[in-house]
Amino acid sequence: MLRLEKLVKQYKTGDKALKSIDLEVPPGQVMALIGPSGAGKSTLIRCVNRLVEPTSGSVRLNDIEITGLGSRELRRARRRMGMIFQEYALVERLTVMENVLSGRLGYVGFWRSYFRRFPQTDIDEAFRLLERVGLDHMVDKRADELSGGQRQRVGIARALIQDPDLLLVDEPTASLDPKTSRQIMRLICELCEERHLAAIINIHDVLLAQMFARRIVGLQMGEIVYDGPADDLGSEELTKIYGEEDWSATIRKVDDEEDDEPAEVIPEHHGPKTSRPDDVVSGI
Amino acid sequence: MAESAAAQRHWRRPPFIKSPRIRWCLWAAAAIYLALAFGTMDIDWGRVLDGLPRGQRFIASFFPPDFITRWESIYEGIYESLWMTVTSTVVGVALSIPVGLGAARNLAPLPVYLACRAIVALSRTFPEIILAIFFVKIFGFGPFAGFLALSIATIGFYGKLLAEDIESMDPAQAEAVRATGASWFQWLNYSIQPQVMPRMIGLALYRLDINFRESAVVGIVGGGGIGATLLTAFDRYEFESAAAILLVIIGIVMLVEYSSSWIRGKVK
Repeated sequence: MLRLEKLVKQYKTGDKALKSIDLEVPPGQVMALIGPSGAGKSTLIRCVNRLVEPTSGSVRLNDIEITGLGSRELRRARRRMGMIFQEYALVERLTVMENVLSGRLGYVGFWRSYFRRFPQTDIDEAFRLLERVGLDHMVDKRADELSGGQRQRVGIARALIQDPDLLLVDEPTASLDPKTSRQIMRLICELCEERHLAAIINIHDVLLAQMFARRIVGLQMGEIVYDGPADDLGSEELTKIYGEEDWSATIRKVDDEEDDEPAEVIPEHHGPKTSRPDDVVSGI
Repeated sequence: MAESAAAQRHWRRPPFIKSPRIRWCLWAAAAIYLALAFGTMDIDWGRVLDGLPRGQRFIASFFPPDFITRWESIYEGIYESLWMTVTSTVVGVALSIPVGLGAARNLAPLPVYLACRAIVALSRTFPEIILAIFFVKIFGFGPFAGFLALSIATIGFYGKLLAEDIESMDPAQAEAVRATGASWFQWLNYSIQPQVMPRMIGLALYRLDINFRESAVVGIVGGGGIGATLLTAFDRYEFESAAAILLVIIGIVMLVEYSSSWIRGKVK
């Protein structure tokens, strides 16, 4: 569905952020992109919707060549790619509803959007999404009144109301506490499953990446150095991506194997979150 | 213990200019220049002493302020000034929006940027009074010349500050709206406008205040308004009326000042 071929990005300063990236993401796949700071993760996802203009190579989404589009067609193509940002990137002085509806800007004309007269179907969908992310009681709050986790939920709703095929997610948990991070990641993954969306998730936290994504791609100095299932990511691979370090605390797989129950791990994190014994019993 | 004492290291904030010689030379140069500058001002203390009682008499002649005798022309002057102030602020702000957008480096391509910066620089080069003299020469006496002068001065002021506010906005919010597939005008309306609006409202009110004060100055060179009335009063040696006019101006400026700071507090 999404296919990058020989994608190169060289900045004006001469730095090569991406060196001939080949990558394919099938429909419905949630893929985590990990790598050290400056590896080119942000550049990569921004080249997909051309917030950053790639130097050469091709980006194809559903057989549309994104790199060759004129500005009108590019806007049309961007509607199919929802983006979720580090630090949320909500428009602070707009209300929650305005922020969510801004995801429909690619679909409505200027004057409609100027007078905030969106089609009723958009408004219904906005309410539905806000309900889904648990914020339907905050519709008219201004974005700067929300907490970090709430803001990111609005960011998710804004991306989803675009009705995208692909989510580009840039460090969604970078400024959230550990619990909220998991909730946000879980929400993103659940929504991808519900709507059969593909996603590229840039993420620093290797454990979180392994917990929620089946496929992990490791980027280092603008090159893909690992591409495989989350469970195969071991000490050797992490060293290749990040450099020499003692990875034993980061690798979940090692602990799992010692516990002799590797298969249980993934359902545990996707399933019921609380591990109070009575919950587990009643669940069974 | 003895070892840690030996390892004691001193620290001082590094000076802004590293070389002490250059540092002291700069200080000395500044001091010499200041001394020379004060030296060129030759003050005739005898004339200052003569002037003091004259000033006293002059100020005394303002009292008591006379609102009654010339009320008609004071009223007309104020009315004309307010009219001039409001229209020139509205027109000036409206015109400075495209100029300000063009003068923001993060929005406009280089040629547009340079052109808009040139407009801003040009209109800031001339103070209101010079512009007013200019327009009085072209369009003749009256408030229209004053209106034009204030409008153009407003473009320089407001366009520059708008551009600078846009340049210092949060790019992440703008990027997020661009990523939705919004058109350029939608992008302006949804990501730039909310970010700059509160400050722009505050600055528009501030400019209203400036334009009212400047309308008095502009009137003195023939641009109509309360300035013309004030000049006439001085020319006729009707200092009591002039005092009344000055009090009215002070009152209005204070009113605008308080109400604009109240509004600024409300808009955030």
